Amino acid sequence: MELTGYGVASPAHLDATFAALADPTRRAILARLASGEASVAELAEPFAMSQPAVSKHLKVLQSAGLIIRDRAAQRRPSRLDARPLAEACQWLAEYRQFWESSFQQLDALLDELKTKKKKGKKRKHKKH
Amino acid sequence: MMYPDSFKMTTPSDREIQVTRVFDAPRELVFEAFTKPELVKRWLLGPPGWSMPVCDIDLRVGGAYRYLWQNDSDGREMGLNGIFREIVRPKLLVATENPTWHASEALDTTTFVEEGDGTRMTITVLYESIQVRDAALKSGMDRGMAMSYDRLEAMMFSNLAA
Repeated sequence: MELTGYGVASPAHLDATFAALADPTRRAILARLASGEASVAELAEPFAMSQPAVSKHLKVLQSAGLIIRDRAAQRRPSRLDARPLAEACQWLAEYRQFWESSFQQLDALLDELKTKKKKGKKRKHKKH
Repeated sequence: MMYPDSFKMTTPSDREIQVTRVFDAPRELVFEAFTKPELVKRWLLGPPGWSMPVCDIDLRVGGAYRYLWQNDSDGREMGLNGIFREIVRPKLLVATENPTWHASEALDTTTFVEEGDGTRMTITVLYESIQVRDAALKSGMDRGMAMSYDRLEAMMFSNLAA
């Protein structure tokens, strides 16, 4: 129901971002990469995972555009690309903003409706 | 008295987003404000700069609703359509939700519960797709998650700063 964000970020892009973020290991890898680039071996170590397993996660992150891998360097380090995260954050912030803004307008409307009802009742009383 | 602080956005299960808020009005009135088109189009507007030129509501089981928003400055349009599945006046509304900008369907359950002199409204959106579900679940509305929204932001900015 959020408005502007959908117009800005492509939904398919958001789907890929959020699907990639759905896995705790992948989130941990991203958090690790936030403090600097790392090779597959360096990433595998703290997670007690095999390098092929880490590579699988890196592929998902890469196709979601969340990381960039340097093909030129021997160790093929991965680094974080935060742009899709920025889009995802904006999507959520705007969803929230949509509701908060709407509810404030609803507060005002309900106030007005309550006042009208009260006046309506008073008028009826006067007639009787 | 108004209750802007009662606003909460949470994820009760891994396919749901829930938005709740208390309003200082009797339940019947809040229910009306959610179901009468002439009232809905006066508040369901989001941030300033949007209007709601289309707001059709056929309030019966199997009946359709159609919302269309328009950006006042650039004319951009966003639509939301759906079908009512269950109506228990003034307590409950269940309806499907199909955004016009995305080929997905969600099921919205809206409850209205009396709370003190006011009414607590809770909308639960159940998404069909794992991706949209994860939009809510994994990116930080739940503060207990390993990677919170703040964390994502911190990551974003640390990377931008680097």
